[in-house]
Amino acid sequence: MSTAETIEYPANWTRRHLLDLESLSSEEIVILLDTADKLKRMTDGCRRKLSLLTGLTCANLFFENSTRTRNSFSLAAKRLGADTVEFSSAGSSVAKGESFVDTAKTIESMGVDWVVTRHSTPGTPHLLSRELDCSVLNAGDGPHEHPTQGLLDMLTIRQHRGQIAGLTVALVGDIAHSRTARSNIWGLKKLGAHVIICGPPTLVSQRWSELGFEVSYSLDEILPRCDVLNLLRIQFERQSARPFPSVQEYAALYAMTGDRVRRSKDGILIMAPGPINRGVEITPEVADGPHSVILEQVNNGIAVRMAALWLLAGKQEV
Amino acid sequence: MTALLIENGRLVDPSVGWDGPARLLVVDGIVAAIDPSDGDIPQGADRIDASGQIVAPGLVDLAAELRDPGREEDESIQTGSDAALAGGYTSVLCSASTSPVIDTPAAVELVRQKSAQASGVRVHVIACLSKGREADQMAELGLLSDAGAVAFSDAPYPMPNDALLKRALEYCRMLNKPIFDRPEVPVLASSGVMHDGQVSLVLGLRGLPTEAEDLAVARDVRLAEATGGWLHVGPVSTMGSIDLLRRVKSRGVQVTASSCPHNLFLTDSELRSYDSRFKVHPPLRSPRHVEALRLAIADGTIDAIVSGHMPRATEKKSNDLDRAPFGAAALETSLSSVATFMVRPGHLTWADAIDRLSTAPARIAGINAGGLSVGQAGDIVIFDPSAQWTVDGSKFRSRCKSSPLDGKQLEALVTRTIVGGQVKFARS
Repeated sequence: MSTAETIEYPANWTRRHLLDLESLSSEEIVILLDTADKLKRMTDGCRRKLSLLTGLTCANLFFENSTRTRNSFSLAAKRLGADTVEFSSAGSSVAKGESFVDTAKTIESMGVDWVVTRHSTPGTPHLLSRELDCSVLNAGDGPHEHPTQGLLDMLTIRQHRGQIAGLTVALVGDIAHSRTARSNIWGLKKLGAHVIICGPPTLVSQRWSELGFEVSYSLDEILPRCDVLNLLRIQFERQSARPFPSVQEYAALYAMTGDRVRRSKDGILIMAPGPINRGVEITPEVADGPHSVILEQVNNGIAVRMAALWLLAGKQEV
Repeated sequence: MTALLIENGRLVDPSVGWDGPARLLVVDGIVAAIDPSDGDIPQGADRIDASGQIVAPGLVDLAAELRDPGREEDESIQTGSDAALAGGYTSVLCSASTSPVIDTPAAVELVRQKSAQASGVRVHVIACLSKGREADQMAELGLLSDAGAVAFSDAPYPMPNDALLKRALEYCRMLNKPIFDRPEVPVLASSGVMHDGQVSLVLGLRGLPTEAEDLAVARDVRLAEATGGWLHVGPVSTMGSIDLLRRVKSRGVQVTASSCPHNLFLTDSELRSYDSRFKVHPPLRSPRHVEALRLAIADGTIDAIVSGHMPRATEKKSNDLDRAPFGAAALETSLSSVATFMVRPGHLTWADAIDRLSTAPARIAGINAGGLSVGQAGDIVIFDPSAQWTVDGSKFRSRCKSSPLDGKQLEALVTRTIVGGQVKFARS
């Protein structure tokens, strides 16, 4: 379907892979966000289909379970006219002992232009980027990074607040095991936000302060200063030992409740990358309340992933 | 009679404090003379011209995994022996990280027979400290000793059973054999894959905290002090370990320690590549630990440099960092990495380097090696200290091709390794 609006490929985009936000410059992050905004408009909020990537194929190689990210990447590829190949490790050759690198090479040899990968071990997309010829997009590597999630979070903040610079953004919860946290940390810092990392000491390393970030163990103390709260899920599945005495205690100290919203700055944005544990990090009234932008985040995910696929595809042609 | 004369070289023998030009005569595998007169040299003696090279006692490794029997996809005694010779080693203590484990006299004998067939480096056996390496009951240490084991250890696992370690240290006093312990508290190390620090925090990789090593060293040296037993801890990698060792040594406790070459110059930043070559144990630490290790090697707090040779098959290492095992080939690069990162910058003299790589380990192992006095075995390494070369793991003689030094340019290259007066390795 044609569109009246056109999009010009940014001359200063040089990346072939999207592996993390730590290594991206602020300019590159802005290019991604601007492109996502534009593609979102061109697809009428991600509803219409374009033909920018017709003839190309995107392989989703998910070695970990995923619902929203996988579907989001698939929809993004299809919105731009590309085909998709879906791969799950369950019941695959990986389950028969094949290494994930060999599996990725096999899929690539079928003629794909991007590999979108999710894996439980940090660094696996970096490893694939050295082994494959096509572009590699990190859809989450263990607790390391989830760059498109970080981008969609920033896109959502920017849409509501106009800019990131000068805002105070708190990341609250299981920082130790959160890939979303690490992508947010680097992305927000590069765009000029004041980042507070908040949670119990067993989930928030003091070493973050050595890297220039504010560390807090009290949500109630930082609440009046925050423009945005990003509530990160407690990842019970990644924890070898329980880092706090009970879920009830954690919720009492860190869950975003209606009462805490009332003690926050006016217009505070409540975000969560999902899936959310209702009653643990966030109460239902807040998750579904007027400050919550959780569903907008999901919608922006498609736009960000369209931007990433399109930008990386352009670099391939170069 | 066989005779070998090595001439025109610089003889470095820290066991007697010799460092200077000298001819070395070996007759029937035994050092016969230092600087013999021409009349003392048997007619027909083989001659090696070592011009521009250092002649030193062959290196002794306290901790190499040879993985044979049972793990031959990683290494065999033959390939491990070949690798050791290429690295200038003439004696290697192999750990019991085999399958079956070396916890019976028959298993010790099997390794000794295979080593004899390999006819290369001298292989000494470190037998298991506990039966089945299960850290429950003491192995038959007396019988293992009679069978030829030179030390006892459950390495590569640390000994988690405090009471068993204490009993074994007491028991081994009658055998006059050391116990080696790899210092780590397992529950603190958990499933870590790299040094626990700022780099692991950013990368999201699980860390091996320094306190896991520090606490184990503290326990080990305290038990050694309490029992008067003969203990060797290593490889050590942390400032905390060094601090403890320095303190107990100043009190006269008979404890020795060792470190691996790669821990003396590589840091945890290497893991930013997510390359499993850098997944080694002990892990590559942060720069301040590395600096402390260098100082401790120089001042003798750490007695010996061990290769840390933990060979693993390529298919095992070519996996993601969680699944790839710890380990690397190190026998072929130890001397050169010490030369490049310890001798050239002035942290060690050549005599000190040979002491840490040969004389001290031989003393710790209680074996007749590490020196070239008249009457000692003719176990010799000859190397060119000024040679430069680039590490290419694919050319290793070891079955393991993974090295954290791959691609690095090193100084000093072994040209000949001589065991019992016979040239077992000669670089063309």
